[in-house]
Amino acid sequence: MSIVFEKPHALTDAALHYCPGCTHGIIHRLVAEAIDDLKIEGKTVGVAPVGCAVMAYNYFACDMVEAAHGRAPAVATGLKRAMPDNIIFTYQGDGDLASIGMAETVHAATRNENITVIFVNNAIYGMTGGQMAPTSLPGQVTQTSPYGRDVNVCGYPIKICELLSNLDGPEYLERVAVNNVKNVKNAKRAIKKAFENQINKKGFSLIEVISSCPTNWGMTPDQALAWIDEKMIPYYPLGVYKDKSAQKDSEVKA
Amino acid sequence: MGTTQILIAGFGGQGVLFAGKFLAYMGLMEDKQVSWLPSYGPEMRGGTANCSVIISDESIGSPIVSAPDILIAMNLPSLDKYESSVASGGMIFIDGTLISRGIERNDVKMHNIDATKLASQNGYSGLSNMIIMGKVIKECPALGNAYVEAALSKVVSERHRNLYDSNLAAVTLGYNI
Amino acid sequence: MTDKVLMKGNEAIAEAAIQAGCRFYFGYPITPQTEIAAYMAKRMPKISGTFLQAESEIAAINMVYGVASAGKRVMTSSSSPGISLKSEGISYIAGCDLPALIVNVQRGGPGLGGIQPSQSDYFQATRGGGHGDYHVIALAPASVQEMADLTFKGFDLADIYRTPVMILADGTMGQMMEPVKMKDYTPPDINKDWAVTGTKMMREHNIINSLCLDPESLEISNFKRYEKYKTICEKEAMCEEYLTNDADIVIAAFGIAARVSKNAVNEARANGLKVGMIRPITLWPFPKDAFERAAEKAKAFISVELSMGQMIEDVSLAVRCRKPVYLCNRAGGMIPSPEQVLAKINEIANMSNSK
Repeated sequence: MSIVFEKPHALTDAALHYCPGCTHGIIHRLVAEAIDDLKIEGKTVGVAPVGCAVMAYNYFACDMVEAAHGRAPAVATGLKRAMPDNIIFTYQGDGDLASIGMAETVHAATRNENITVIFVNNAIYGMTGGQMAPTSLPGQVTQTSPYGRDVNVCGYPIKICELLSNLDGPEYLERVAVNNVKNVKNAKRAIKKAFENQINKKGFSLIEVISSCPTNWGMTPDQALAWIDEKMIPYYPLGVYKDKSAQKDSEVKA
Repeated sequence: MGTTQILIAGFGGQGVLFAGKFLAYMGLMEDKQVSWLPSYGPEMRGGTANCSVIISDESIGSPIVSAPDILIAMNLPSLDKYESSVASGGMIFIDGTLISRGIERNDVKMHNIDATKLASQNGYSGLSNMIIMGKVIKECPALGNAYVEAALSKVVSERHRNLYDSNLAAVTLGYNI
Repeated sequence: MTDKVLMKGNEAIAEAAIQAGCRFYFGYPITPQTEIAAYMAKRMPKISGTFLQAESEIAAINMVYGVASAGKRVMTSSSSPGISLKSEGISYIAGCDLPALIVNVQRGGPGLGGIQPSQSDYFQATRGGGHGDYHVIALAPASVQEMADLTFKGFDLADIYRTPVMILADGTMGQMMEPVKMKDYTPPDINKDWAVTGTKMMREHNIINSLCLDPESLEISNFKRYEKYKTICEKEAMCEEYLTNDADIVIAAFGIAARVSKNAVNEARANGLKVGMIRPITLWPFPKDAFERAAEKAKAFISVELSMGQMIEDVSLAVRCRKPVYLCNRAGGMIPSPEQVLAKINEIANMSNSK
């Protein structure tokens, strides 16, 4: 008998606490696979957020630091400056990265801090039970927008990749999704590239992963995956928003 | 001697803090205890500036000079503000080019130096502070004069080495008035 | 001639930090401590160190948290309003038992307050400052030489006890120049096998974390941390006693207040009054023993502070309210004069004579 499928080495044996149908598990796996593929587990340090992924420090087998809410890019900056030869990544949700931690996000990006940021956007605060996120869609019903997100009152969702792409600093920005096999395979490629960029000292790479939250969206897992296609992706188009190296290469060719 | 308390006051840009640093270094090189405390904040940027310098044989308590033995007033507002605070028997040095009045106290000695005018006449523009320092050293033997050059070379930064000679010349000019 | 140099207090802290092996500084400009950042900006790039002007005090303290997690000496500095912003991060650093040095060159408050010297962050520094059960070791320099000496000491204490250490200075200490001599220094040899330097596939992963959802475990970690604090209290309390042996009136003052009070003590002695002073060098742990001893003989205590009266509570506790403790204070950026302190001494001396 041969092994045809196994858990990545970069994940521990701890049982995940995520809800049924939540795509955090897939994204954890993709990060771990990238770490395995690049053989960097021994020198990788991850920074966990506050939010649903708060206990990510138990799931990744590499060294881990738990950051205060929103501060993961600052903590990662400290780690990377102290240990430039190690690989540093943050794993953050939309409330953490795009609300309370917006300043740290923008400034780490503009410094082109050589770190990898995995940004999980599921348009809601999951851990605290389903409140409006900075990325909740217009009209989206949440515990704190019970009549639907009113853009006249709470403003519009923040499109992080588009926003950061205006900065000269960041190396690489891409938005992916994990709601079907094709998208998952593409997300894996993007996440791996974000780590490779760091190994090659290219700088700040952020992968925004459109993710689902069936529990707080009030849907079944398959309805939630369909909702990503119907509502999320039209508002948050997938694709590469910035790739400084590719841009340079094409300029050289031209 | 025990302790000499010095207050230097003037406009920002007149070299008040620099002059204080120079005196403090002279004291340090005489193996005395010294402290230098500037006013700081928005007033540094163009308003009034002052600094407290204490030179002592004993360890220094408060670095704040509230009753100076020596007041150096480089403009009228400084004289107006601090004249009354000078310790009885103390000295007041004023820049006579910028201050037209004499002092009201009769228990302190005034030295009127036409410093700004002397500075521009002799090509030491901006060094009226150091001309007054020369006079201060002359009139206050307690401060000593063995380390004028050494102290100057400490306070003139590497970047402005070319200014050392003119600073020294200004001090000498003031000393020989 | 002397081998000492004149330095501003802020610069002395920065230079001492570098000589103590600190190669990482993160900060955000705020008066009256900006010279520390400026000094670091100049020096760090030349010694392969990191100076980074962070986007906020919050980011700066979290960068400190990152470097501390990696097991390296690191510091930040700020002044009162900025320290409030850092307090969340300091709580995390304490909760993760990480070593770090935080400098507070205090200015008047509350709110945006002013920029002149103050000691009104005493409560904040000695009670932890942020949320949760924790302390930072709070060191109070009273000269530029001590600004340097306590920086060396602060890094050592931080490493030895795995705890944040705060230097609680004030605008005067930061801005004034006095002669300084840096000491010959070798850092203590400390094993930091808890640091997140990468597993190298040779060990289980290290986790730096203060989250603990199980209250029983969280309680245990709190009790364990307070065992450490007990050792710190027993071993690390420091103060300077000045003429306390026969003193009827004992002044309690730290930092600039102690410098001013020393003049008043000398003056009072010259007038024949038996006055002494206890100058706490560690504000937490508070040097209780010295006060307890002094209380056996002294008739009264005077706490001289640049605040509305904060340390006075610790003085009262230390003498267990057996002797009266009076306050002599200025606030908002004002500094008491030696004359004000002397007047208070005379007032209290007359009071006890008339009894």
